[in-house]
Amino acid sequence: MSFLAATGMTGGYGGADIISDCDLRVERGEIAVVVGPNGAGKSTAMKAVFGMLSLREGSVVFDGKDITRLAPQERVRVGMGFVPQNRNVFVSLSVEENLEMGAFIRDDDIAPSKEQVFELFPILAEKRAQPAGELSGGQRQQVAVGRALMTQPRLLMLDEPTAGVSPIVMDELFDRIVEIAKTGIAILMVEQNARQALEIADHGFVLVQGTNRFTDTGEALLANEEVRRSFLGG
Amino acid sequence: MEIANAFALLANFVIVPATAYGAQLALGALGVTIIFGILRFANFSHGELMSFGAMVTILVTWLLQMNGIGLGPLPTALLALPFGILATVAMAAFTDRFVFRFYRRKRANPIVFAIVSVGVMFMMAGIIRIVIGPDDQSFADGARFLITVREFREMTGWDQGIAIKQSQVVTVVVALIVVSFLFWFLQKTRWGKAMRAYSDDEDLALLSGINPERVVLIAWTIAATLACVAGTLYGLDKTYKPFIFLQILLPIFAATILGGIGQPVGAVLGGFIVAFSEVTVTYAFKRFLAYLGPEGWAPEGLVQLLSTDYKFAVSFVILVVVLLVRPTGIIRGKVI
Repeated sequence: MSFLAATGMTGGYGGADIISDCDLRVERGEIAVVVGPNGAGKSTAMKAVFGMLSLREGSVVFDGKDITRLAPQERVRVGMGFVPQNRNVFVSLSVEENLEMGAFIRDDDIAPSKEQVFELFPILAEKRAQPAGELSGGQRQQVAVGRALMTQPRLLMLDEPTAGVSPIVMDELFDRIVEIAKTGIAILMVEQNARQALEIADHGFVLVQGTNRFTDTGEALLANEEVRRSFLGG
Repeated sequence: MEIANAFALLANFVIVPATAYGAQLALGALGVTIIFGILRFANFSHGELMSFGAMVTILVTWLLQMNGIGLGPLPTALLALPFGILATVAMAAFTDRFVFRFYRRKRANPIVFAIVSVGVMFMMAGIIRIVIGPDDQSFADGARFLITVREFREMTGWDQGIAIKQSQVVTVVVALIVVSFLFWFLQKTRWGKAMRAYSDDEDLALLSGINPERVVLIAWTIAATLACVAGTLYGLDKTYKPFIFLQILLPIFAATILGGIGQPVGAVLGGFIVAFSEVTVTYAFKRFLAYLGPEGWAPEGLVQLLSTDYKFAVSFVILVVVLLVRPTGIIRGKVI
């Protein structure tokens, strides 16, 4: 059994199903990437894993426990961290306060976690007193990832972490994500920049119309002629 | 000398009363702004909540006075204030539990909430009329003045004096304490930060594990405390009139919107700007100008922009101008 195993997920926001029979799985310390064309249900699949969408069918098993019926807040407590695509920082709170809010459910000393985040993203240490709303897009994403890391999750889910940032910042963010995975945290992320994302991925899932089209290692997907032609632009 | 007299005149009739009035408005506006920041609706029942708090404080004050308990030169009402605050918090929690929570669970539109709060306002006004009646009540005691006009004149030798009433000093000091405590709470404490986070983004706050019902309860506790303090101070400074609390909603809302809705610093700023505008516009500047002009000259007429009967028009004008020119308010707040 995988560390996170979402199997046969089927559901939508009332009405028609957006994802059907969709499978996602990640192991500890690995990076799994979900790619696919616009409207393929990538973000929806992520939300389903995090419990923000009630499933009609299928199950989500996390670290051996069935969490299909848990609310998102409860999933945070069992060790899942989620960085939404939009509105993922508290804009009027300072960088440091954002991190503190990330650790809201913790009662122990959060200073070491804060230091870890500042080590991972040194720019945030510099801007710790600045409101997050005044930061650049890339810095905001760093705050958002940092905020999610403050709960000490064992699985970090990222919904398009590089949306709207420059290519240089994107490379840097990917480097950081690899670093996070090396500490043993499982990473599941949705990416628009499919090629770059698959390069760092241990596993990739190509979603089309809410269902798995290809599932393989990142390397194999990059080498797959059909995947290249249809989804990676040749 | 003439300039000193002109200043004393202005201080006595404009600066000192407007500062006290501004502090009262600021406290009221803070309550409205906090409820808007957290529950996202304009709470029309806030004025009556102030009245309710003042009423309970008055009743306890009378009880203390009857038993001969007092604070010497300070008003006995200060001693009664904690009881008033407790009762007001209970009242706010009660209305939230039995009225507002129902609509919150239904995820009702903010307009629905605002209308519901009008209903709560009428209910509360009715309860207040039943308990204490519609008449004016006075409950101020202790020393009346910190310094009277005559004492000031004897001290300085000027023609004009500045009187500072005890209630004005009490108002400003108490407001300062309450506001400092509130800002400390919002900026430094865990739950204060959680409230700001919740006000910023409800969904993200939920993802961070912040309990929304707890945040709402804290917001009502703060708003009710502010309301009770504001109502009591207003009653001490003027007299307690149940009817005034419907009218006072207007300057309070003007202050809230002027400062930026959902912005505590803005609410304080807005409260003072509205108060100073109201007092300045309705003050007759004749004698003030006479001191500053050439010897023996005095302006014809009173040089009063508006009669005091129209003081609420000032709030209206401020409200309209802000909404037209800068709807976000001085400190960028939410737009309704």
